[in-house]
Amino acid sequence: MDNIIFVILGMAAVTYGPRLIPFFLMTNREIPKRVDAFLKCIPMAAIGALIIPGVFNATPDMPMAALSGMAFTMFFGLWKGGIIIPVLGSVAVTYIVLLGAA
Amino acid sequence: MTKEIQNAFKFGLPIFIGYVPAAIAFGILSKGCGITLLECFLFSAVVFAGASQFIALNLLMTGMGPGGIILTTLLVNFRHFLMSAYLSTRIGKAAKKYLFLIAFGVTDEVFSVLSFKKGQLSKTFVFIVQISAYSGWVSGTVAGYILGGFLPEILSKSMAVALYALLLAIILPEIKTSVKALILTIASGLLNSLLIKLDILPNGWTIIVCILIIALAGSFFIATEIQEESCG
Repeated sequence: MDNIIFVILGMAAVTYGPRLIPFFLMTNREIPKRVDAFLKCIPMAAIGALIIPGVFNATPDMPMAALSGMAFTMFFGLWKGGIIIPVLGSVAVTYIVLLGAA
Repeated sequence: MTKEIQNAFKFGLPIFIGYVPAAIAFGILSKGCGITLLECFLFSAVVFAGASQFIALNLLMTGMGPGGIILTTLLVNFRHFLMSAYLSTRIGKAAKKYLFLIAFGVTDEVFSVLSFKKGQLSKTFVFIVQISAYSGWVSGTVAGYILGGFLPEILSKSMAVALYALLLAIILPEIKTSVKALILTIASGLLNSLLIKLDILPNGWTIIVCILIIALAGSFFIATEIQEESCG
């Protein structure tokens, strides 16, 4: 019991530290151009790795279901843009495909 | 201001929807591992880091001691260091007072949403996105522990796709207008797939290596273009 609380607090500390420290390293400093360009590339690099290959296993029993949902997001997103419809639509498409296969 | 609030909810809702089924699974698993409701709640409320919580449960079951579990968590969650480093360049002056709170809520999805928001980040926008994420994660955890798998299985599986769809919807406008952004994103995904297949890095580090290598490559190849596109 106490052991688990200790684990939780330790985990919280080592999770919060890396999330917090960079804010103090970077604030109020002139950032060199090269570092700035590096930082600006982080979002695309991160999101690429967060989506691939995870998405191919998002619906493990039937990967096609999640991929159909993502196809909807892609087509609707490219066509009209936005967030809510592409996301809710992908959930709906995935649901329908899974339901159809069940 | 109301526009900002509406906009923030638009991004917060998909995170909420995506986090709930994962959190329910965490609640159910925690109960199965024999930890108490309070401990399960504290996991999500104080650690607030999805994958690492599941890994911690597994390690607890294998009988690993606290030191090993905490070290593993540090490794798994260290990618947020890079995400916070990026966000630190984007937080507006008015939001700087709240860095201690903002830093707590830097998850993969919150980072992704914040990073593609144009202009400086206001505290209103950041907090609404973070509270949506946090409330989905914590309430889902407790609901899962108490109620078990109350969502129909197919629905909860479909909801998990929301997070991937959100990430895709966020980068679409960028990769639509910039071939180089498209190349960077896909290269990172391919590198990540390769690293996972090779299975030589500890959990959570394939993403760190991808970010370091791809962002470094990007900073050399497209430095000028990125600076022009800078949304500062």
